[in-house]
Amino acid sequence: MLKTFKLGGVHPPENKISANAKIEVLPLPKSVFIPVAQHIGAPAIPVVNKGDVVKVGQIIAKSSSFVSTNIHSPVSGKVKKVDVATDSSGYTRQGIFIDVEGDEWLEEIDRDETLKTDFDFDAKTIIQKIQDAGIVGLGGATFPTHVKLVPPVGMKAEVLLINGVECEPYLTSDHRLMLEKPEEIMVGTKILMKALNVEKAFIGIENNKPDAIQLLTSKASKYPGIGIVPLKVKYPQGGEKQLIKAVTGKEVPSGGLPIAVGAVVSNVGTAFAVYEAVQKNKPLFERVVTVTGKGVKKPSNFKVRLGTPTTELIDAAGGLPEDTGKIISGGPMMGKALATPDVPVTKGTSGILILAESEAKRREYIECIRCGRCVSVCPMGLEPYLLMTVSEKHLFDRAENERVLDCIECGSCSYTCPSNRPLLDYIRYGKAKVGQIVRSRKK
Amino acid sequence: MSITIIYTIATLSVIGTSAAVILYFVAQKFKVYEDPRIDQVEQSLPGANCGGCGFAGCRAFADTCVKAENLAGLNCPVGGNETMGKVADILGLVAEKKDPRTAFIRCNGTCDHRPKTSQFDGASTCAIAASVYGGETDCQWGCLGYGDCFDVCEFDAIELRAHLGVPLIIDDKCVACGKCVDACPKNLIELRKRNPKDRKVVVACRNKDKGAVARKACDVACIGCGKCEKECKFDAITIENNLAFIDSDKCKLCRKCVSVCPTNSIIELNFPPRKIVTEEKEECTTEK
Repeated sequence: MLKTFKLGGVHPPENKISANAKIEVLPLPKSVFIPVAQHIGAPAIPVVNKGDVVKVGQIIAKSSSFVSTNIHSPVSGKVKKVDVATDSSGYTRQGIFIDVEGDEWLEEIDRDETLKTDFDFDAKTIIQKIQDAGIVGLGGATFPTHVKLVPPVGMKAEVLLINGVECEPYLTSDHRLMLEKPEEIMVGTKILMKALNVEKAFIGIENNKPDAIQLLTSKASKYPGIGIVPLKVKYPQGGEKQLIKAVTGKEVPSGGLPIAVGAVVSNVGTAFAVYEAVQKNKPLFERVVTVTGKGVKKPSNFKVRLGTPTTELIDAAGGLPEDTGKIISGGPMMGKALATPDVPVTKGTSGILILAESEAKRREYIECIRCGRCVSVCPMGLEPYLLMTVSEKHLFDRAENERVLDCIECGSCSYTCPSNRPLLDYIRYGKAKVGQIVRSRKK
Repeated sequence: MSITIIYTIATLSVIGTSAAVILYFVAQKFKVYEDPRIDQVEQSLPGANCGGCGFAGCRAFADTCVKAENLAGLNCPVGGNETMGKVADILGLVAEKKDPRTAFIRCNGTCDHRPKTSQFDGASTCAIAASVYGGETDCQWGCLGYGDCFDVCEFDAIELRAHLGVPLIIDDKCVACGKCVDACPKNLIELRKRNPKDRKVVVACRNKDKGAVARKACDVACIGCGKCEKECKFDAITIENNLAFIDSDKCKLCRKCVSVCPTNSIIELNFPPRKIVTEEKEECTTEK
């Protein structure tokens, strides 16, 4: 029997239409805009000025605190300006504009594609390299990876979980990466194991990707300590806490981090980035992005330099369909609609999903009929209908007691609601407010 | 038969009397002294429990006033100087005189001035829309129009004006309690000095983008050109982050800044019509 998490979950149509499209390298854009806030934590501080000439891989914005990361130039060329522009947050943010000239890489980056399996670094060096390379969680949450690798005092990691679940419908970037760079991911996992000083690692993959499971299982024999765990398809299995529950059977306590049960979770994309950073000295300046949608002419997976405008990705996938209703950055469940397609690809962009007007439109919502479906699908065991009501009425103390902060914002409740109620909208609002209150209490 | 009734009445009377005596002594023993002036002060307050004074309602405010040594910093914005005068009389203290204020929404980006470039179909509250993105227009600073201010106003002083996309504050009803100020996620609402006849000269814009960007998003955006700052003889206007601000305490309502503003982002309200006023300009104000 295949493993999965117990509580809740939904089964949205998978629609993995780009699963067979090989990863293509997108041609270099003419100019890029690189926001300095691409990760959770403090924004990086720009260290280049207008007119500076930069090479690929050069640091252009420095990490400003422990929970922050460096940002490297994804292209070579001249810095046009350091200014504000709209990014995927829907607000203007500071960033660096670079006009692309040629493609000149820093010399220390090894551009050779051959696999390099051996490494001889201690944990500290590895973590330093990861920090320098500006690696963040590429699953979408963009939490700086080096922070995860340093467990809080008194806690110890016992197991590393690599997240190859990709439970979001439509998205296939992790799937393609597993098929095309299996050994690199394995080596990356080994490096992360060394950094954490753990003996065991598991790569969790849902069984709607049998080819990836088969390929990785065949390679796993060469890498002792790494196990491949096929999982039953269920959304949101890619959630950190759900994956831990599915693979190890342990439950992360309310309000706790995965490290509380001795687990550290990283995405396969992150493992690949770690491989490149440690073995090839290559900082994180490109990633795989799925461009997909039912109306898209050529659903594709592109290897994209960060900062590339979304419009160029859409053009490369056959252009914007006429009946487009929404362009979503990320998947249909957790992604975010973009107000304009001019926003750049950032470290957290896992996919660009184009929905037709008819699919994209939210339906009018009506009163709650107390069917309790949202309660039964909530993977965190919360009561979404209640959290929505208390957030709507601004009863934030009640929301806190009902554990609104445990919400992982997976959207299963809104997806399943027969009254089309915007449950997650309100819960997210309540969560943000309660978070503010809790933080101000600590001060 | 009759003896049963007599016994019953007698027993109940004894129980009743003894309970009354016990309760009397208990009440004496556990009596909580409450200053009678708290009730008096509370009665002189408007009783709206709006929280505009910063306390959890009129009773809490009355309690604080009675316990306070002087009334500095204590003010009921709803009742104004008159109410505070009464409170001061009851307590034998002196109340601070405060200028009456009124709220104003610093955005004039109605739909004819600010074209929509996207459509938001999430839950229609300003707080949620603002957490998702800048808004349906290209101006990320302006009013979202879903009426969070309208929802919190307990004095019916805000007209939603859904057809225009920007609510309007009705000066006659506004008591400057400040609830809308806190509710607005874009921080658009300001409590300004109330002038005679509710006359106002205000920069109805909060756009801090550079002039060209602001202008592209909205016809009546402040572009931070600085003409009004130069024109003002009373140092009431300051420009910061490409945005002009008129200090209502310094403004003398001369309206010279209104004439020089190239984008009509400074508006005058409740003035008699000027001698030469173009038709177009009339439409731009949110008056009436």
